Amino acid sequence: MSIQRNTMIQHSSIKSMFFKREMILFYLLIIVNIFNAITSEYYLDVGGIMQATRVFLDKGFVVLGMTYVLMIGEIDISVASIIALCSCVMGVVYNAGLSLPIAMLICIGVGALCGLLNGILVAKFRELASMIITLATMSLYRGIAWILLGDKAAGGYPDWFTFLSSGDLFKIGGVGVPFILIVFIVFAVAFGVILRKGVFGKKLYMVGNNAETSQYSGIKVFNIRVIVFVIIGIMSSISAIFLTSRLATARPNVATNYEMEAIAIVILGGVKTDGGSGTVLGVVLSMFIVGLLKYGLGLNSICSEIILIVVGALLVLSILIPNMSQIIKQNTQIKKVIRSQKY
Amino acid sequence: MPVTTMIKMKQGKKRISFSQNRELVLLIILIAFSIIVQVRNTQYLSLLNISDMLVDTAVLIIISCGMLMVMLTGGIDLSVASIMAVSGMSTAMIMSSNPGIPPVIIILLGVMIGTALGLLNGLIIGKGKVIPIIATMGTMNVYRGITYLVANGEQITASEMTEGFKKIATGKLLGINTLIFITIVVAIIIYFFLSRYRLGRRIYAVGSNSESAKISGTNISNVLVFVYMVMGLLCGLCGVLYVSRYSVAQADMASGTEMYAIAACVLGGVNISGGSGKLQGVLLGAILIGFINNALPMLLISSFWKQAIQGVIILAAILINVIILRRSDRMLKKGRI
Repeated sequence: MSIQRNTMIQHSSIKSMFFKREMILFYLLIIVNIFNAITSEYYLDVGGIMQATRVFLDKGFVVLGMTYVLMIGEIDISVASIIALCSCVMGVVYNAGLSLPIAMLICIGVGALCGLLNGILVAKFRELASMIITLATMSLYRGIAWILLGDKAAGGYPDWFTFLSSGDLFKIGGVGVPFILIVFIVFAVAFGVILRKGVFGKKLYMVGNNAETSQYSGIKVFNIRVIVFVIIGIMSSISAIFLTSRLATARPNVATNYEMEAIAIVILGGVKTDGGSGTVLGVVLSMFIVGLLKYGLGLNSICSEIILIVVGALLVLSILIPNMSQIIKQNTQIKKVIRSQKY
Repeated sequence: MPVTTMIKMKQGKKRISFSQNRELVLLIILIAFSIIVQVRNTQYLSLLNISDMLVDTAVLIIISCGMLMVMLTGGIDLSVASIMAVSGMSTAMIMSSNPGIPPVIIILLGVMIGTALGLLNGLIIGKGKVIPIIATMGTMNVYRGITYLVANGEQITASEMTEGFKKIATGKLLGINTLIFITIVVAIIIYFFLSRYRLGRRIYAVGSNSESAKISGTNISNVLVFVYMVMGLLCGLCGVLYVSRYSVAQADMASGTEMYAIAACVLGGVNISGGSGKLQGVLLGAILIGFINNALPMLLISSFWKQAIQGVIILAAILINVIILRRSDRMLKKGRI
């Protein structure tokens, strides 16, 4: 694989530029938009699209964190449970009489703690795959959320809290720009810049490519792993704040299946599960592809079940088609070699 | 390898060591757990309750057997619950509209649906070279979507099911509950398949070192296709059994089963990167999870505690296992085992 990557870098011609992952995703985004615009007359409305971002962007923060986790070759399937736990803790603490800003801080703290536990376990017990460890903590965190709230719900948040998910920061030409969109863009840019330019980002790529070599070249792999898991814990708690603001209530069963959706979006965005490759730009593009596709299908009153099928098929096909074309190319090359040896 | 021969010589005394015997540890945990529950509630180890627990765990055991084969190749199958849902939902729809069909045909239909879906998984993974976790995550969504389409917002309840169909779960075969009987048959077949047959040994070979398996003549992609197909077959079977057991078919049925099956395999000592794992361990792991699920209500513990307790037990089991392994490794290096 590394040899292929090297040759790709050497032959970075115009042709390969047009077939980069981000470009393919960009075409896909345009296709989705055209498809939506053709099928629904209500789609091409900036206000409507802005409204749609409020619904799908709360997932975006976990997705950004998940990018880093997959980048170092790990996986975290406990994020949905962390979101539920953070949301419940915030609700319980707020209903107990603390002011909301403090409750939000506690929420972020809980997320960081959950991430810290995951990170330490993953970094300390290298014999166990991170999938297995987070499978156990997934059960644990969601279980604590159930213990905290049971079948009750925590709510009664003040008005300014709903502003987080539904408010506009400013207006451009009569169209409100959602607060959550701006926050997401700020986070995405920060994550992208750190990954591309920052020392920490370079370390992530190195750990993802070869953890052992990075260890020998002086990177504290243990710390990197723990930090990445703490980051995704904090990002989950931010997701939890926005989600709670949108739902206006905290329940232990919120955010079910978020982990699968987040991982699917990240992989669709071109991040490899074995680590070491991918960009934040690709992930953000695939985030908007999935979100706008859902919005468009919803406008056409196509039931949400079709959306599941489309997202799943997109995930598989986006990996399957390049793989198949490569396999076919290899086979024809082998045949050519055999033929040339015959004569 | 002087070290290994040294170990073998020292092992000649046949001392049972915990690190070598994962199943023994699990069995001890299971017995200790049962005794603690039994002290608190004397009904727990009654014959009726044990048989109830086994009937409830049967589906999980069968799925875990399939998951064992998948995980032995180094893969994972997240789509099991969705395949179960497709098979269970569509057979339930067919049955409710044609009550004349005998239950055996219904089971065969479910098995065929499951096998087809599993085959698709296998082709994507084996021939298309897509990483198992991505491929099955995608098909998990696709199959679940298909289930919603098939169900079309309806659900099949007990009143719409034929007596013969409900008999699948409640009836008896050779004096044993049918579900337990099917589970035993599946477990025996898989045990002998994995330990005695060439293809079964090749599954281990692919998981432990795919490169050398390839060089020694194993067609890896065919093995993978086969493994995921068998997984689909078992899921199809379990979908029907699940509907029959709980007498209800909904579009969101069985969700979360994949995590329980993976947990059972991990508890049973299956290596997630493939190549090692025994059926006995997986059976015990699945039974342990089933017993925990059943014991909490008997201890009058609120069901809200269930998930957290499960998480703690899974976490503790896998961590303790690693710690024991490390200690025995250290002892080996010091030369005193």
